[in-house]
Amino acid sequence: MKILVCISKVPDTTTKITFTDNNTRFNESGVQFIINPYDEWYALVRALELKETLGGTVTVINMGKADNEQIIRKALALGADDAIRIDGEPLDAFQVASGIAAAAKGENYDIILTGKETIDYNGGVTGGMIAELLDLPYVSLASKLDVDGTNLKIEREIEGMKETVLVAMPCVISAQKGMAEARIPNMRGILASKTKPVKIIPAAVNETQSKMTAFILPPEKGNVKLIPAEEAEKLVDLLHNEAKVI
Amino acid sequence: MILVFAELGNGKLRKTSLEAAAYGAQLGECVAIALGKADAGELEKLGAYGIKKVFHVNDEKLSAAYSRAYTKAICAAAEQAGADTIVLSHTSTGKTVAPRVAVRLQAALYPGVMSLPDASGKIRKSVFSGKAFADFTIGSQRKVITLNPNSYKAIATEGTASIEVLNIAFEDKDFDYQVLATEDESGGHVPLPEADIVVSGGRGLKGPENWGLVEDLANALGAATACSRPVADVGWRPHHEHVGQTGITIKPTLYIAVGISGAIQHLAGVNQSKVIVVINKDPEAPFFKAADYGIVGDAFEVLPKITEAVRKLKSS
Repeated sequence: MKILVCISKVPDTTTKITFTDNNTRFNESGVQFIINPYDEWYALVRALELKETLGGTVTVINMGKADNEQIIRKALALGADDAIRIDGEPLDAFQVASGIAAAAKGENYDIILTGKETIDYNGGVTGGMIAELLDLPYVSLASKLDVDGTNLKIEREIEGMKETVLVAMPCVISAQKGMAEARIPNMRGILASKTKPVKIIPAAVNETQSKMTAFILPPEKGNVKLIPAEEAEKLVDLLHNEAKVI
Repeated sequence: MILVFAELGNGKLRKTSLEAAAYGAQLGECVAIALGKADAGELEKLGAYGIKKVFHVNDEKLSAAYSRAYTKAICAAAEQAGADTIVLSHTSTGKTVAPRVAVRLQAALYPGVMSLPDASGKIRKSVFSGKAFADFTIGSQRKVITLNPNSYKAIATEGTASIEVLNIAFEDKDFDYQVLATEDESGGHVPLPEADIVVSGGRGLKGPENWGLVEDLANALGAATACSRPVADVGWRPHHEHVGQTGITIKPTLYIAVGISGAIQHLAGVNQSKVIVVINKDPEAPFFKAADYGIVGDAFEVLPKITEAVRKLKSS
């Protein structure tokens, strides 16, 4: 089993988001970066579990500059065998997907896994683009993944429905909650990660198709209107007559 | 020409499809494509949202959202209509199909947008899972847009769309996978991302056996139910109900949070709600700072009173 897991670098979920350069860039100062939770907790951990039971290799791939080394080493510490870094600042999903597809072409990965979306730009489209670029089947929003011979048995949780599907490998899968439980790297993993190979390759596409040009913070809420608990039913009156939402 | 992908669920147009149709019609002359079985007279209804013509691929094999088959059909319709802009909904199906369509048509992709382009071509989307917004500047190139649910109001006017049957020669490989089973987990509620009203519970409810309180209020309001991350993590509620930064981001008209403290990750997923009500017995809960209305009190006492008042209002 040969698995490629696509990982993205995102600000930690507790980050207070601010912008710089006249609101055209995310302000990275003082921000703690992590592996995108969907990529790490679900996609990478499930890939490692499959490797542990069935054998094979897990490669992680990331697009970013040299300072992404930190999150790549974390993935290696968790148990990935090796890594590829596509050198360049990722500005849109097509650039990232093109780089990953170019790196994966001819490498015969059985499964290419991504998270369902990144928690920074929330596009959720890289997996679908990779599938199209490589002409592979695509199963999105997988919450359970098991190997069944040459196929994968997958559960997808989508708008109020659970779908169980069988897809032939090779294929591209996007992972969501439920697929695995988060792990913490152990000391042996951390030591081993320092010497695992990280291959650096150039970006496949340099121009962007859909660059974000400005950022805006949501307006602050006014003061909360408090209703005494003993008069809780008054809330309904306010929602009906004042807010007019029910 | 604009092409809207009108998604069907059980033969009916989804609410998100009406939103996409109304949005597409604002962008310019607009046609639609629908895939799979549709109830009689259903597709014609798109006319009331500004759609002149609907291409219908009435193939029963399209019963699940196969990314390759859907992409093939949407691209064929785009070519036939001469469409340079394709609008889909940012639903599970839209998210699955749009990236393939964009790559195949060599189009720019704008996923999860929440507004029409302004006079200077700026189009907005939510980023950092609701903590901020970003503007894209769109040009004249070919583009694929996915519209966030509950971001654009679909208002019906007059009109009936004409239907043109489109036949597509599918190959086996267009069907990405084989569906073994489908299970309805909605409990009869509208899908969470499409819901106008959402009642959500957190650890303050103490256990899954108390969820009836949340459900009673949701039923009285015709609302969907949701939960915070800890509640989904311990298995009190299914994962697909988890709203927040690592769950789903929602944008209802009214969000009622019960026993949820309001960690930054949870707020990210709900702060675009039009009106937020917070019920928590801890007056220091950070969620009150993001709320429009608040009740400091015990959910077990407060919720039945509210449910009762809603029932009274609905029956009056």
